[in-house]
Amino acid sequence: MSLGGSMSGKEKMNQEQSGGASASAESLTGEHMSEASGSTLGSDIQAKIGQHLRAMYDDVVRQGVPDRFLDLLAKLDQPKVGDGPDGEGGRS
Amino acid sequence: MSKFDPGLRDEIIAAIPNLRAFAISLSGSVDRADDLVQETLLRAFGNISSFRPGTNLPAWLFTILRNLFRSEYRKRRREVPDSDGAFAATLTTNPDQNTHLDFEDFRMALDKLPPDQREALVLVGASGFSYEEAADICQCAVGTIKSRVNRARRRLGELLAIEDIGDFGPDKTTRAVVVAGERV
Repeated sequence: MSLGGSMSGKEKMNQEQSGGASASAESLTGEHMSEASGSTLGSDIQAKIGQHLRAMYDDVVRQGVPDRFLDLLAKLDQPKVGDGPDGEGGRS
Repeated sequence: MSKFDPGLRDEIIAAIPNLRAFAISLSGSVDRADDLVQETLLRAFGNISSFRPGTNLPAWLFTILRNLFRSEYRKRRREVPDSDGAFAATLTTNPDQNTHLDFEDFRMALDKLPPDQREALVLVGASGFSYEEAADICQCAVGTIKSRVNRARRRLGELLAIEDIGDFGPDKTTRAVVVAGERV
């Protein structure tokens, strides 16, 4: 029933970041708990809402990064000047 | 020689799946969502110097995407609401027909929410942002986000409770088959 239950994606994102973000993750969980328990709505239905919402969302997240975005980023990352065949040489 | 800090670039790439999911929930169309994400990435890289390292990169990207959507929305409104529902279109794998119907009910209920409420609910309930982060992204007060999320949940609860009553009928299976047939 806790909405904090399966926030895998974002939690991972948070953890990849430094310090600040983990504090907000904590407050997130805390708020969700009080939110859920203080609710006058049917908790079954609220749990169902949370599950469906995340299931829909995660279905998209699981599709990963479409190639068009990787291509775009690769293009953006290329130096505009001196863009020759051996310009890539120094890349790690 | 890379123009961007590779760590930052990787973080941006890692945020793309979440940006897409959020964009789909805003725009109601996978194609428009992907265009929004593309525009967001271009803006992000164009303004990368305005991002303060160590601050919340996903929230920064979500803010850019939301602002882009808002300005575009004001220009074109949402001319053709995607009748199939963008989320539904992405639901490719659902072997269990009843689960799929559940999703359909839910998706239709979600579509009935005012955009502000849907957005707040998605940010907090699915993207995993805190109320504070969601408030930053939506440029409103934390209390406003809380009240939008609460109203969204209440409204969805009402809509789904009605659906549930329908589901208790003796003809649930028949109804499911009929509805599923109509959708094929």
